[in-house]
Amino acid sequence: MAVAPCSGQGQALDPRFRGGDDTYSAGLLYLEETAVTEGPGGTPLLDIRDLAVTFAGRGGAAPVEAVKGVSFTLDRGETLALVGESGSGKSVTALSILQLLPYPLAMHSAQSSVRFAGEELIGASPDALRQVRGDRIAMVFQEPMTSLNPLHTIERQIGEILLVHRRMSARAAGERILELLRMVQLPNAEGRLGAYPHQLSGGQRQRVMIAMAIANEPDILIADEPTTALDVTIQANILALLRDLRDRLGMALLLITHDLTIVRKMAERVCVMTEGEIVEAGPAAAIFDRPRHPYTKRLLAAEPKGRAAPADPSAPLLIAAEATRVWFPIRAGVLRRVRGYVKAVDGVSLEVRAGATLGVVGESGSGKTTLGLALLRLIASQGRIRFAGRDISRLSERRIRPLRREMQIVFQDPYSSLSPRLSVAQIVEEGLRVHNLAAHPAERRRLIEMALAEVGLDPRVADRYPHEFSGGQRQRIAIARALVLKPRLVVLDEPTSALDMSVQAQIVELLRELQSRRGLAYLFISHDLRVVRALAHDILVMKDGHIVEAGSTERIMTAPEHPYTRALMAAAFDLAPAST
Amino acid sequence: MTAEGASRVAASRGGDRFLGRPISPLTRRRLDAFRANRRGFWSLWIFLILFTLSLFAEFIANDRPIVVRFDGGWYFPVFVGYPETEFGGIFPTAADYRDPEVQKLIEAKGWMVWPLIPFSYNTINYSLPSPAPSPPSHVNWLGTDDQGRDVLARLIYGFRISVLFGLTLTAASSVIGVAAGAVQGYFGGVIDLGFQRFIEIWSGLPVLYLLIIMASFVEPNFWWLLGLMLLFSWMGLVDVVRAEFLRARNFDYVRAARALGVPDRVIIRRHVLPNATVATITFLPFILNGSITTLTSLDFLGFGLPPGSASLGELLAQGKANLQAPWLGLTAFFVLALMLSLLIFVGEAVRDAFDPRKVSV
Repeated sequence: MAVAPCSGQGQALDPRFRGGDDTYSAGLLYLEETAVTEGPGGTPLLDIRDLAVTFAGRGGAAPVEAVKGVSFTLDRGETLALVGESGSGKSVTALSILQLLPYPLAMHSAQSSVRFAGEELIGASPDALRQVRGDRIAMVFQEPMTSLNPLHTIERQIGEILLVHRRMSARAAGERILELLRMVQLPNAEGRLGAYPHQLSGGQRQRVMIAMAIANEPDILIADEPTTALDVTIQANILALLRDLRDRLGMALLLITHDLTIVRKMAERVCVMTEGEIVEAGPAAAIFDRPRHPYTKRLLAAEPKGRAAPADPSAPLLIAAEATRVWFPIRAGVLRRVRGYVKAVDGVSLEVRAGATLGVVGESGSGKTTLGLALLRLIASQGRIRFAGRDISRLSERRIRPLRREMQIVFQDPYSSLSPRLSVAQIVEEGLRVHNLAAHPAERRRLIEMALAEVGLDPRVADRYPHEFSGGQRQRIAIARALVLKPRLVVLDEPTSALDMSVQAQIVELLRELQSRRGLAYLFISHDLRVVRALAHDILVMKDGHIVEAGSTERIMTAPEHPYTRALMAAAFDLAPAST
Repeated sequence: MTAEGASRVAASRGGDRFLGRPISPLTRRRLDAFRANRRGFWSLWIFLILFTLSLFAEFIANDRPIVVRFDGGWYFPVFVGYPETEFGGIFPTAADYRDPEVQKLIEAKGWMVWPLIPFSYNTINYSLPSPAPSPPSHVNWLGTDDQGRDVLARLIYGFRISVLFGLTLTAASSVIGVAAGAVQGYFGGVIDLGFQRFIEIWSGLPVLYLLIIMASFVEPNFWWLLGLMLLFSWMGLVDVVRAEFLRARNFDYVRAARALGVPDRVIIRRHVLPNATVATITFLPFILNGSITTLTSLDFLGFGLPPGSASLGELLAQGKANLQAPWLGLTAFFVLALMLSLLIFVGEAVRDAFDPRKVSV
């Protein structure tokens, strides 16, 4: 788990101590009263006071204060959202509740207190904690693929929870497992009992995780970014499921997220966290309508804004694809004969003009990334691709190489797309070396520094290594690597998906600015409609390898025609679950 | 300022360096971790000192003096052979500096500087107090073997040749093994399948029998032995390197490099190979260990270097044949044990330094 170092004080407002503005403290006093004295049982179900977590520094590094004095309460049946960006300390807070941090590397301060139903959890014996975990407090994690054991069937994994806490017989457990899987609406539950996690889709795996979490009908369900790794329509369904289960089972829900749309839909109360402290807390409506703290205001305003600057419709056609097909053969049997094909991209035609952005929208599995890679000739495909009038679909790798200068790509994950062993300068100059664009090293250095300055980084960081930068900065380095070659077309494969909302907005700004300054054409692949809206002139909607709808951004955003596009819009902007 | 801080400052000045080459912070941490393992660090130094000394074996144990001043002229018998007549003797054959007559001739008109041990590995001491193998005395510090040759001199020369053989075999087989693994892992498909099947067959061939067969056509010397062992020992690293390459070729930064138009061989060298070097370097001291032991065992069995060459295995064989002369076996045993232990300690320290769970960035 990565923890970003917290530095600086910021404007910390511990709700219990600071006075300050009268109206503000009046609002918080109101909150205090309802939470402590008017709660159903008298004392709150979960009472966290002054929680502080410090990670010891390794190898001479300074210790990192991940959480600095966080306090909040959670009552029976209520939904609290802990909102913040990456590095704010919200996941660490959630893990502290169940004492799941890597002790002794992680340390709590002496005053930290986590009380569950009156019982102190910090420093509790392992037996006491085992009674609470999975039984009274359950947790759903962010990445379902890594949270499920890849070697056990889902029946066995859910059965494990029942066995440990309820000691059910095999038959009783079997019935309960089926009941749970039906509750989480896993399609064809009986048939999928023997399935392994890799045989399920992301949404299905998350349903299994939720089934494991609710198996013992816990009092509190902690959901740590439960839908971040999922598609937009699946997201809406999973959230509806959580809401439904919460109402049926009367659970309290602690929802940790950075996505404010989710908070709007799901939460009754909100705590906004940054740099290890809660800066604002209150009822959801109050926070959204009248945010007080500057950080909250910034967070609420951090959506990618604006629209793409109008493009020149008479600009020359830069890339045109006709009936592109990428079919992966399925080989089965002893002789590995081709039995069928996975049709990742099945007959897609598109055009991008210089200086314009084409947004390709779709969910995972729609084939949009494969399409982007096929257009750049990084994977084999059929169908004609013309770049600047020249047919590149049948060129050999050697003939394509000089053309690679003109078409570049920025990948999704800034953490894995930069080689960890090379310095930033070496990463950015790689293209320059291959294409011999600089006469001597000094010239190369100058070009590198210019590229870094253009993406908003200090040129002096050129000798540092990628691990010293944040996600947003790394993505800028990746963009610099693409730009230093002065390409005409840049394929952006979900460049902002792994980044926080405010950083996304900055990257979108940067891309827009670069486009207007350099006349670049973008092929922007994304599942996030808000970002696409801010950047694209035209949109293609893809599903299962086909284009479902195509048109200008305004037309598609305001009047989508195809039912799939409509469902996508509803799920993205409104979190409306699809009716299945 | 801590080592961390120093290296950060160095890095910010545009290059942390080790032995003159710029290194990354991760490499710096690995070097620091190696240095922190005192046992491994000192073992490395001791081994390097012993090896360097043994490289100058001709200056430490030789039956010729290092330098002779005779009649106003400088002579270097270590490098050049002089006839006896040069020093005023009768025979025009090569001067035998151990002969008291020749020594008298030289000392009459000059002086000479002898190496520490006045025996080479094949010098027979004819004036032994007891029949060979004779026990340690003040002339032969570790005694003589069953042909009257000084044990300590044979030890030094034998140590040198064992380590040189081991180093050469390790270096060559690592290079070939990494290259083979890289090609298989990176390109996959039919190349990988074919090569793997070839390796399966090739590794099934009996090396010892081939050596015996070879020994019946040619007299095996250092290079023949090296060549034959090389034919079979390169397969050790292939598996681990192939696995790393199979994994790394799907990484995003490799795809990014392809998108930039970087040719395959450059991608392999710059992006993927550093991932594989962790496993390779971790294995190297242990491969070196195995290579040294290989030569020793071959010599012990009699299939190694030609008779008369100094080697630890041959000393062990003599020790076995002459149990009444324990200094033979014991000497060889302790030297081998010391050498291999030093290498093992170094290997453990390297393994810990490269362990990604202990040292990461």
